[in-house]
Amino acid sequence: MSSAHTGARPPARRLPLHWLGILPFTAFVTLFLLLPTMKIVVGAFQTADGSFTLDNIYGLFTPSILAAYWISIKISIASALLGCLTGFAVSSAVVFGGLPKWIRGPLLTFSGVASNFAGVPLAFAFLATLGPVGILSVFLRSELGVDLRALGFNLLSFWGLTITYLFFQIPLMILIITPALDGLKREWREAAAILGATGLQYWRMVAFPILLPSILGTLALLFANAFGAVATAIALTGSSLSIVPILLFAQIRGDVLGNPHLGYALAFGMIVVTGIANAIYIWLRARSERWLK
Amino acid sequence: MRKIWAWGALLFGILYFTLPLIGMTNFSLKMRRGEYSFDAYAKVFGDPRFQETFTYSVAQALFTIAFGVLLVVPTAYWVRLKLPRLRPYIEFITLLPLVIPAIVIVFGYIRLYNTSSWLPLTGSAFGTDILLMFGYATLALPYMYRAVDTGLRTIDVATLTEAAQSLGAGWATILARIILPNVLVAVLSGAFLTFAIVIGEFTMAALLNKPAFGPYMQLLGANRAYEPAALAVIAFGITWGCLGLIQLVSRFQKSAPPKA
Amino acid sequence: MSFLSLTNIKKSFGPVQVVHDFNMVIEKGEFVSFLGPSGCGKTTILRMIAGFETPSGGSIVINGTDQGTLKPNQRNIGMVFQAYALFPNMNVHDNVAFGLKVAGASKADIDTRVKQMLGLIKLEHLADRFPYQLSGGQQQRVALARALAVKPQVLLLDEPLSALDAKIRISLREEIRQIQQQLGITTVFVTHDQEEALSVSDRIVVMNAGRADQIGTPFEIYNTPATRFVASFVGTLNIIEAKVVDPAAGSVTIGGRPVLLKEGIASHKGGDSISLALRPEAGSIADGSRGDTALPGEVVSTSFLGSVIRTRLRVGGDVISFDMFNNPGIVPPVAGENVTLRFAAKDLLVIRE
Repeated sequence: MSSAHTGARPPARRLPLHWLGILPFTAFVTLFLLLPTMKIVVGAFQTADGSFTLDNIYGLFTPSILAAYWISIKISIASALLGCLTGFAVSSAVVFGGLPKWIRGPLLTFSGVASNFAGVPLAFAFLATLGPVGILSVFLRSELGVDLRALGFNLLSFWGLTITYLFFQIPLMILIITPALDGLKREWREAAAILGATGLQYWRMVAFPILLPSILGTLALLFANAFGAVATAIALTGSSLSIVPILLFAQIRGDVLGNPHLGYALAFGMIVVTGIANAIYIWLRARSERWLK
Repeated sequence: MRKIWAWGALLFGILYFTLPLIGMTNFSLKMRRGEYSFDAYAKVFGDPRFQETFTYSVAQALFTIAFGVLLVVPTAYWVRLKLPRLRPYIEFITLLPLVIPAIVIVFGYIRLYNTSSWLPLTGSAFGTDILLMFGYATLALPYMYRAVDTGLRTIDVATLTEAAQSLGAGWATILARIILPNVLVAVLSGAFLTFAIVIGEFTMAALLNKPAFGPYMQLLGANRAYEPAALAVIAFGITWGCLGLIQLVSRFQKSAPPKA
Repeated sequence: MSFLSLTNIKKSFGPVQVVHDFNMVIEKGEFVSFLGPSGCGKTTILRMIAGFETPSGGSIVINGTDQGTLKPNQRNIGMVFQAYALFPNMNVHDNVAFGLKVAGASKADIDTRVKQMLGLIKLEHLADRFPYQLSGGQQQRVALARALAVKPQVLLLDEPLSALDAKIRISLREEIRQIQQQLGITTVFVTHDQEEALSVSDRIVVMNAGRADQIGTPFEIYNTPATRFVASFVGTLNIIEAKVVDPAAGSVTIGGRPVLLKEGIASHKGGDSISLALRPEAGSIADGSRGDTALPGEVVSTSFLGSVIRTRLRVGGDVISFDMFNNPGIVPPVAGENVTLRFAAKDLLVIRE
């Protein structure tokens, strides 16, 4: 702001004016992000007439709901870890593995597409591939005599869902970790080598600790990504697999659980789980990032 | 040795990612027994429900983009210019939708804005449309804000603003004529990504009972065999198109000489 | 005794040959600088010594051991990089300790050695800092300590001062030289800054397009440049075009005026064009100044450089710079003034193209 401009206005009135600039944004996130979330949190501790209760939270501790949380958490952790690992492998293969340079562009573009190709159509793609009459299932059965069904594989299961989720988890990891791998300076590797370090020592003592904050952040993001995924799960399994998002979806749709406030508790539980995941991430990151500005 | 390992990782990646795509394409072409045909696609495109829901979702996406741009560009600009100390907090808030599941947010909407509340948005069809659009804007917020903020980082906001002010421009002129053109590529990237997200979104639309493309796909998937695969191919094509457009505009920016 | 010998070293990247048949023998404890513009091959030679690049031909022998098949981590060489290359996730202590740690030294030994190294670079008090908390000069001293901690046979310095401010550059180069002499470590220093090379080296290799134009002491390089390239790259020598009249007698003409060189130029024949070099401090325009050769010239400009005044004269087709010492009574020449430049013909050097 020019000095003439500032001089014309008393400083006391300038501050509120500055804040006015983000008023629309503040109003929007309050009304459509923060308040709705607060409503869930508060509702989880209320009875129908609005008084305080812990009954809704107690209501979560039934075997079927606990099992739903548990399988949701397992799928989320498995798909986040596997997504991280595989994405890292693919990404480092492209950045360090001596693969031709032209692979990089298409890989990143494809990752951008695949990481956004989630929800209902993704479920259809996997049904058409690994479902009972999917192209891979049929091929394995008729050509190699391997019956996935007979082996106990079912798309509507822990592993089925995990494999499906990996389709958007791996590309997301690739998208985030490739720039981080690019950020590893050639000099660090060379300095380590000339000081006598083996490749493994360089990775263990230098490269991996430097990448750790990005890896942890991606893990937390992938976890939340899988934990909140509703559309893929519903399109894939209908409601035959009892995971938390499906349970909550059914609850919102038709109050199948009878008690409407149990829905609040279910949703509150989801916030708590992703909240814990992110708290762990922030804690680990603070520990692994002492050396950052 | 390292090369073999690298090729192995890449090969695995390619197999894993192409098989489902091949699977769905193959399946979508097999509606007619014994030969490949586009019957499933003809069925889908001929379905009036398809046309209805697709049009609805496209309209939602366009409104979401317009609203998102109007909300995010001035905010990101203002924060960079006047409230830089707030930037980490704003950034944190814009990332929340990545952490809070969409189903939780929409559940909150239903309870907060029902017919008996102070703002009965779900009471009318139009109100629900608006609410859904706000929901989509929330989902797209992390991507939109990040894109625009990154775009703003590359230009000197303060100097541009002072230069424009010294020439007598007002805030609206500065935003529309100076800032927006300079971050246009970032805004377009955010817009295409928003489009890709909104067009296939299921949870919010389904729970707000809106005739959007996502719930339509799910419904078809539960009742039909071949059409869903065709829909998946179409959806994949749309996503690919959006991301391709992002690539295209950012390449255009790189090759175009920077405007003074 | 030769400690580090480079024999017929060649290097090509694809069709481009960046180093042509390079030969050099470096003695133990010697400080050798590779000086040249970017792309002259100096860094490539350094990287071949380190083992980051494999020579396309020739051999590198350090202390009797052929380095041909050794990987960088088997060579026991210390290296300091232009961009510091400190590990950002480790504090100063751990950075210096890194080489010892991967070599499996005991914790007590590591601590002793790190303390000793930090003492050497006078940064004991910053042992717990992370790289981002250090200035550029401090980071580069830590990088030096890290490289020296493993007691390397050879120390390689890859433009270690280019990223630093002018003042720190000068103090650090003196510190490096002093530590190098204190430890007696054989050192190869790559730089594009002639002043840096001249001030710290035992010997300098002036590189031009993948070849060594001249190898010699700083004194030799500065005073008797072998080629036109060396003359123009090192110092501020004037290059004067001359025409050979009588090769045997060493008589030439400069701008049409006859000049007699101190010796014959048998390799040329009459009518050839040759380049002569003249140091700026060898000429004078003061009345009654010495010198057996006088050329008329016109002042182009004068610039005041503190202790000296540099005047640029147009003499024939060339512009010649010469320096005179500043003193309060001096009257600097004015642009456009016609003067007579005097110098001793024995100060003219015949240089190769």
